[in-house]
Amino acid sequence: MRDARIVSRRFELPQSHTLEVARAHGAYTRLSEAFDKTPSELIEIIDQSGLRGKGGGGAGAGEKWKLMLPHDPRPKYLAVNCDESEPGTFKDRQIITKDPHLLIEGIILTCYAIGARAAYIYIRGEYRAHQQILQAAIDEAEAAGLLHVKGAPLLITVHRGAGAYICGEKSALLESMEGKRGHPRLKPKQKECEWYFGNPTLVNNVETIASVPFILYEGAAAYRSFGTEKSPGTLLFALSGHVQRPGVYEAEFGTSMMAYIEHFGGGIRKGKKLKAVIPGGASTAVLTAQEALEACLDYESMQSLYSALGTGGMIVMDEDTDMVLALKNLLEFYRHESCGQCTPCREGTGLADTLLSRVLEGHGNTGDIDKLLELASTMDGQTICVFAPAVAIVIRGFLLKFRSEFEARMHA
Amino acid sequence: MFTFTPQNLQKIEALKSRYPSPNALALPLLWMVQEQEGTISLEAMEAAAPFCDLPPIELYRIATFYTMFKLAPTGRHHIQLCKTLSCALCGKAEILAHLQERLGIGVGEMTPDGRFSLEQVECLGSCGTAPVMQINDVNFENLTPKKIDEILKALS
Ligand SMILES: Cc1cc2nc3c(=O)[nH]c(=O)nc-3n(C[C@H](O)[C@H](O)[C@H](O)COP(=O)(O)O)c2cc1C
Ligand code: SF4
Ligand code: FES
Repeated sequence: MRDARIVSRRFELPQSHTLEVARAHGAYTRLSEAFDKTPSELIEIIDQSGLRGKGGGGAGAGEKWKLMLPHDPRPKYLAVNCDESEPGTFKDRQIITKDPHLLIEGIILTCYAIGARAAYIYIRGEYRAHQQILQAAIDEAEAAGLLHVKGAPLLITVHRGAGAYICGEKSALLESMEGKRGHPRLKPKQKECEWYFGNPTLVNNVETIASVPFILYEGAAAYRSFGTEKSPGTLLFALSGHVQRPGVYEAEFGTSMMAYIEHFGGGIRKGKKLKAVIPGGASTAVLTAQEALEACLDYESMQSLYSALGTGGMIVMDEDTDMVLALKNLLEFYRHESCGQCTPCREGTGLADTLLSRVLEGHGNTGDIDKLLELASTMDGQTICVFAPAVAIVIRGFLLKFRSEFEARMHA
Repeated sequence: MFTFTPQNLQKIEALKSRYPSPNALALPLLWMVQEQEGTISLEAMEAAAPFCDLPPIELYRIATFYTMFKLAPTGRHHIQLCKTLSCALCGKAEILAHLQERLGIGVGEMTPDGRFSLEQVECLGSCGTAPVMQINDVNFENLTPKKIDEILKALS
């Protein structure tokens, strides 16, 4: 497998989180090259590179940056999403602890391109120790006089969340940063930027921003030399569950899923056979072992399998896994994390969980599978954010692909 | 009467200059209260509200939305075991049983001496080192029953 390290290039260096080591290995040394270009030239390079958001949605970064209203007189903001709460996802924490200066450099460049002079990093409350490393790096960069865009001071503030999965959704994140409950906002009809206290704002994932320095220095073509046409570049894919060596390993898009699991993860634990893989964080449709054999780690391949690349965090399950219990586990998660604004989501996640509990207690009957599928349909409709439709996808994936396991639990 | 420490008052002033509106300080203020007091009382929310220019009821609404804000006391060592899928696949049940046996309490309970409390939480973002728990702010990963014994012993 070809070595493809763009974001994780400095991860293995001793003391890689310090300014001294990061600088000795290239951090902040080429900023002036970027400052010599105009902001719109930089946005064009990002657009040409095909960089796609790495927080789960995969939106084109260039397209989003172009929505930032260059001539608007209001102050502009960058909000970096480090909420990282999608089960199976633990990549952003590698960046903020192993190479926080790469993120900071990406923030400086992004702020220059979109005209922002203040950036916030919204970090999940549970990442306490990780936050301290990140803050120390920001302080170091500030003391070294690095926090500016072409001479104009740049404020970088770490904002701590307090335990709510939904705050990873970009508008809920901004509500939370405005001092409110993390309730997603209604989406506007037309494409536009996000808004923080009524000011134009860009929300990007940590890894997206950490990919920016390479692209701006090496060029769009260099980025496109990795990955596929529709999925250019690399991703910090991750493995958890029943593999020999779980962890975060960067690879280029287009890599075969099984080759990745074998090469980085050392295959399935204890010589067992594979049963299923959830490919991109809990909220993507589960793949059977057969599908996993065909799958490549890119947007096109996942779509053709009616699943999604998501965050690239794969949850691997061996032949002994009880799929009914696995779905129950996820339904408990969604029930707990629904923000409660939309009735189909608030009620649907609770009902689905309760129904499956009854099945597990031995009171299920064959009609329950259809009831669960019907519930999934009601969640797939008109809700404020895509949380509820994602739950529908999760339910359908398990029920349709592992139906016999569910039927075996039913009595009548 | 709740008052912020002089250090926290300084911190609040510094933070204000970093945001477009004092409303943004709601979460940082609640964190400061919790760090000072251990829990967040109604009285403290009343005292904190003017600093973020919000009515106390708004702070209360926020404090009850986010699961990490504590309105009721927990044990001195608050154990939060991750229960989500990757941890469940990697032996969470065994760890939970062992914790319950060693502490003599169930989930949602506190030891009579107030030293330990036990809670199950959703994915802690450490799925690659499952099973995982947090005690107060500190992560413990790749848990085994033996490791649990060592951790509990070190805390006694
Ligand atoms: C329920 C839900 C949870 C999300 N959680 C996260 C998260 O933890 N981290 C993240 O970066 N994006 C998360 N997202 C995606 C964000 O809404 C947003 O698309 C992303 O942060 C934009 O950055 P990107 O384009 O660089 O990926 C979530 C979306 C939804 C609907
Ligand atoms: S779909 Fe669910 S999580 Fe999203 S806004 Fe509605 S209730 Fe909240
Ligand atoms: S599932 Fe336990 S840390 Fe993610």
